Amino acid sequence: MKSTAANFEDNAEKALADDKLKAALSKLSEGFPAKRREAADRLPEFESLRDQARDIKSHVLANLDFYLEQFEARVVESGGTVHWCRTAAEARTTILRICRNAGAKTVTKSKSMIGEEIAINEHLEHHGVEPVETDLGEYIIQLRHEPPSHIIAPAIHLSKEQVADTFRKSHPHLAPERALEEPRALLEEARSELRQKFLAADVGLTGANMLIAETGSIALVTNEGNADLTYSLPKTHIAIASLEKIVPTLEDATTILRVLARSATGQDMSVYNTFCTGPKRAQDLDGPEDFHIVLLDNGRSKMLGGEFHDMLRCIRCGACLNHCPVYKSIGGHAYGWVYSGPMGAVLIPNLIGLDEAGHLPNASTLCGKCEDVCPMRIPLPRMLRSWRTQQFEAGKTAPLSRSLLRAWAFVTARPWLYRIMVAPAVSALAALGRKGGRFRRLPLAGGWTKHRDLPAPEGGTFVSRWNRGERPGEKKP
Amino acid sequence: MSDARSEILGAVRDAIAKSHGSAAGGPTDIHADARSRLADHAANLIPARGRLGRKARVDLFIREAERVNATVARVSSTSGVPREVARFLAKNNLPMSLKIAPETSEDTIPWTEQTLLKVEEGRADGTEHASVSHAFAGVAETGTLVVLSGPGNPTTLNFLPPTHICVVAAPEIAGDYEEVWSRLRSEKAGEETGGGFMPRTVNWITGPSRTADIEQTLLLGAHGPQRLHIVIVDE
Repeated sequence: MKSTAANFEDNAEKALADDKLKAALSKLSEGFPAKRREAADRLPEFESLRDQARDIKSHVLANLDFYLEQFEARVVESGGTVHWCRTAAEARTTILRICRNAGAKTVTKSKSMIGEEIAINEHLEHHGVEPVETDLGEYIIQLRHEPPSHIIAPAIHLSKEQVADTFRKSHPHLAPERALEEPRALLEEARSELRQKFLAADVGLTGANMLIAETGSIALVTNEGNADLTYSLPKTHIAIASLEKIVPTLEDATTILRVLARSATGQDMSVYNTFCTGPKRAQDLDGPEDFHIVLLDNGRSKMLGGEFHDMLRCIRCGACLNHCPVYKSIGGHAYGWVYSGPMGAVLIPNLIGLDEAGHLPNASTLCGKCEDVCPMRIPLPRMLRSWRTQQFEAGKTAPLSRSLLRAWAFVTARPWLYRIMVAPAVSALAALGRKGGRFRRLPLAGGWTKHRDLPAPEGGTFVSRWNRGERPGEKKP
Repeated sequence: MSDARSEILGAVRDAIAKSHGSAAGGPTDIHADARSRLADHAANLIPARGRLGRKARVDLFIREAERVNATVARVSSTSGVPREVARFLAKNNLPMSLKIAPETSEDTIPWTEQTLLKVEEGRADGTEHASVSHAFAGVAETGTLVVLSGPGNPTTLNFLPPTHICVVAAPEIAGDYEEVWSRLRSEKAGEETGGGFMPRTVNWITGPSRTADIEQTLLLGAHGPQRLHIVIVDE
């Protein structure tokens, strides 16, 4: 997919003006965080499991070469093939070659962010192979030719009316007067359309939530069961995954599964957790005859050992998106590429460069909520700041921001000057804003206040209040 | 693409060596921890929730399975399974026909002795209303079934038909997933291709299929079954 991350400011502006999107996002921000909280509260060990999950992935990254070789050896022993690919282009070529060797006309796909990252659908289509997304959300956005707007809920930005419109346009062979008001009717229609595709597909292409070094297995996590129909019906199963998806053992995979669903959808466990090892066995009545794993680097080995090393622990649960005030205001498409939210703002510049994606690390209030909820405890705010620093040092920050940052740095490094300048400003704002408690408009800051209010300060500066004897947690005297 | 392989592994090794400060390292095995981790496959923290005696474990399994919209019935022996399945189909106005896993064939379950059920063995092809497969284990912690693929238990039975009935023996309901991995390792050691213990597919199934992709409305029966009925055999 071609990135529009460079147009982030325009994208965000459009998103903020989109009322349908606003309604969809408010539903998301009510739903996911509450369900996650509830699931976490139901499991007293949740926080300790997060620590262990983090440690497992850190251990893997420190031994990644060893685990990759172990994984490959087990895959080969169980009759599968591993294809190492340095770039998205190599992965696309490899997948197309396997499809051609299988004589494939149709490929069913279960949702894969790596598939989005390498834009496999466009490539297959271009070469005469029909890719069919089978996850309901992915199916909807494939029909609309849109990228996903959320890692685990790709069509979260759409209303059911928009989905109904899309189905009417895309399924012209069905009765035009059919009722499509209810989500259930939309699901039934997608299910029956896709049923035929599942049964006819020559190749099934899945992602992999984890690669297990101990056994050469891949782990797949879904709620719909689409991944399971994708790998069990066609003759060939291709799984695509990036290097860092490795975990050592089945026990380690289990620990990560315990935090994954809880962090993602607030379920204790997703409905289907599947472990595939090699192709079908000689006497099996179903399952694929060929099993291929496409192992993709695409920038991961460069992140290893560097400033963004910890990002390689990410398990793509989406919790950081669900809790991010910026994501919840603008949705995923504004970020302009396949990932979004805090994890996207850190990862995307690593994959497509800071020149293209330089706005994204700035699209954060650094409130820290993403790190609080990340099951792998990835220091996302620290990494967003790293990008900003790199940008500043490389002279890529806009001249006005640059001068203001310099001025800010000058003032904050001199407390006496800071106090002299801030105290009158605080008093003035407090006096002016006494009535409403907030400013809807400010001179020279119209762009900033267009989509948010500035709370009016109350009770003077921090230093003046401290000197008056106020302490955190106490009421104003 | 052996080129790509050595280049990727080379880049990974370089990055790791750099962060280990390899200059000081000698011939010591920097992957010693990883080697023993694989060999030991030790369990990490196991939540206390599932660590219960047998009776409480089965009760928890039922509660958790029902919480995720499965239905559960208990029968005292395998000879009680057909009546329970016939009752379930009738209650849901479903036809009295089943595609069954060979593992649950007439030899082990007397399907046609006391009921009007029509059963056929084999894999699913998308035409059947209901299927029966056999779970290797249950996991009380989350009401999860662990189903293994094999000649006697085709995977498609768990996913294609709109109604999935799964039979599990009460003594095989474990507290946690780790117990099931241990059992699999010891019972299937060396049995699978390459001398391993993993069948082609291990399915953890926790409730019937669902989606919330349209406006976050939870709907059961996405691509997999809309109904999951678990029959626990007490024996």
